[in-house]
Amino acid sequence: MNKNNLILYISILIFGLAAPYVFPAFKVQLSILCILIVLAITWNIQGGEMGYNTFGNILFYGLGMYLCASVQVGMFFPLAEWTESGGEKTFVHTPTQFFQGMAVGLVVAAVVPTIVAGLIGYSILGLRGHYFAICTLGLGVAAGEISGGIEIIGAGQGFTTPPFPNVGSLEARGEFFYFLSFLVLILTFLAVKAIYSTRFKLILNAIRDNEDKAEAMGIETMKYKIIGWMISAFFCGLAGGIMGGLVGYIDSTDVAFDGREMGVFMVLMAILGGKGTLWGPVIGATVFHIFKEGFWTFFLGWQYVALGVLIVVIVIYFPEGIMGWLREKYPERFGEVVDEADRKAQVEIK
Amino acid sequence: MDFLVFQYPMITVQACLDGILLGVLFALIAYGMALQWGVMNIINIAQGDLVILGGYIAYFMYLYGIHPAWGVIVAPVIMYFVGIAIYKLVINKVVDRDLFISILATFGISILFMQLMNFAFGADVVLANSGYGTTMLFDSNVVLPNSKIFSAFISILFAVCLVIYMKKSKLGRAIRATAQNARAAKILGVDTEKVYAATFGINAALCGVAGALISITFTIHPYMGLPYTIRSFMIVIVAGLGNLPGVAMSGMGLGVFEEFADYILGTEFRIGSVFLLLVLILVYRRFKLSRKREYLK
Repeated sequence: MNKNNLILYISILIFGLAAPYVFPAFKVQLSILCILIVLAITWNIQGGEMGYNTFGNILFYGLGMYLCASVQVGMFFPLAEWTESGGEKTFVHTPTQFFQGMAVGLVVAAVVPTIVAGLIGYSILGLRGHYFAICTLGLGVAAGEISGGIEIIGAGQGFTTPPFPNVGSLEARGEFFYFLSFLVLILTFLAVKAIYSTRFKLILNAIRDNEDKAEAMGIETMKYKIIGWMISAFFCGLAGGIMGGLVGYIDSTDVAFDGREMGVFMVLMAILGGKGTLWGPVIGATVFHIFKEGFWTFFLGWQYVALGVLIVVIVIYFPEGIMGWLREKYPERFGEVVDEADRKAQVEIK
Repeated sequence: MDFLVFQYPMITVQACLDGILLGVLFALIAYGMALQWGVMNIINIAQGDLVILGGYIAYFMYLYGIHPAWGVIVAPVIMYFVGIAIYKLVINKVVDRDLFISILATFGISILFMQLMNFAFGADVVLANSGYGTTMLFDSNVVLPNSKIFSAFISILFAVCLVIYMKKSKLGRAIRATAQNARAAKILGVDTEKVYAATFGINAALCGVAGALISITFTIHPYMGLPYTIRSFMIVIVAGLGNLPGVAMSGMGLGVFEEFADYILGTEFRIGSVFLLLVLILVYRRFKLSRKREYLK
């Protein structure tokens, strides 16, 4: 089993490293896929493992996006004039400035949302069930509406992120962003995998199954809930920062705090793949992205209608997801011991 | 920051009156929300989109030359059947499930409606002109459009009728019984499936009335649904389920808050302030309840 896993990881790594050269036309799509997987994995920490169904992780994603771009511009040029010029080439980043700015920006984009999550966590995570869901939904929309009113980051007209500097070949931009997002994906996956093999995951699951009982057992549930949210916020912010550079343009409600699209996608991907599993979000995001890109063009303008139908269908008919379905079909593979007599008895009852 | 509100008292009066007239409409939508939440234990994110759909019905009557005020009668009839259709297709499969499932499913319906309305009616901000004129108060320092007074009056009329209907009629009794205890009601011969469908239909009809009134008084736009959902959710949690005077009062309070936020912070922060208020109310509620330790089931 262990050897199989190693082979699987190595083959995925090789595929990931070779992908931009094998499918050169799909570099942007592959980068977006990496970001989507990161978002699905981070949502799964709350929604799947902890049982706190949040619509608010989009807050950290959008925050990271704005912060990364603002730092990248603000380190070298006056931010207000940059946004006012609306992407006119008044200021041009040299390659060194661009990469320095990106590096610092990504660090800020990861750290600040983590701090924000820690600060608001105590108030927000005390809510339960649907109150938590609606509250985080409100948080995401409020952030979008408010950032749409702030002048220095472009208000309603949007924020153009620094264009990629002219280094080497034309392909450099796609490759840079692909490898950056792939790196973040690997980091996220390994970090989450490491976390899931510790006691921390068991505590999260205890919170999901019965929070009051977990508290009565002496677990400081609030502390672990906040830590879980901070981990999510860290990687969400990082993903947002990269996505901002990749898209090249930030709008408050359509790109950054896009609760209607990205905010729902991350929930949907995690549910499609299977909540509360390590591989579920990865599979779900991949299937979802392939479906989205493959079929979106057929709907041509009707994508959101299709998205609405898709949400309803998945939620109603497929709430356990792909991993849940596999688990039901091949329980042995998931390390569940199935008693033969028990199974026979069940078949007889049926 | 604009301190004109404090220096010039008539603006305060204007904001209060506007807010109260607006708040009555919010209370009507929230009443529908409270009804389905109490009876079916469902939080309908598509509530606001039903409102907007009702508004478009009145708007289309206006386009075809019928006075939009008749939309108050036509919209609820159409919306009742829309509500029943939504119930039969989606809601009856999520009634007994986890609350998050119903939130996500209705979120999907909301996105679906939003986009369908965007295709069918276009992405323009529209308004059905009722031609009711305005009323001047206090030496024409305070201007109230008659359509707002009309809409507040109609909302109160519908709310009162509905309350009486819920108290007196057979279906109303069945709905209240189901809200109290669905299993017991079933044992005593209430067809809960029918009651659920009727509840959702009544809720959609209420949304239709409110939407028709909103299209007369304010403006409608396909993407404006979610704020109405959030407002009604907020009103219901502040007032509590089944507390009708509370719903009316907190609806008016929210209307006044919004008008003041509009004057003081500026129109661009109006929707943002509503959503922030929701977060603040929920957080306040959490701290208040955690002192009492009542949130433990």
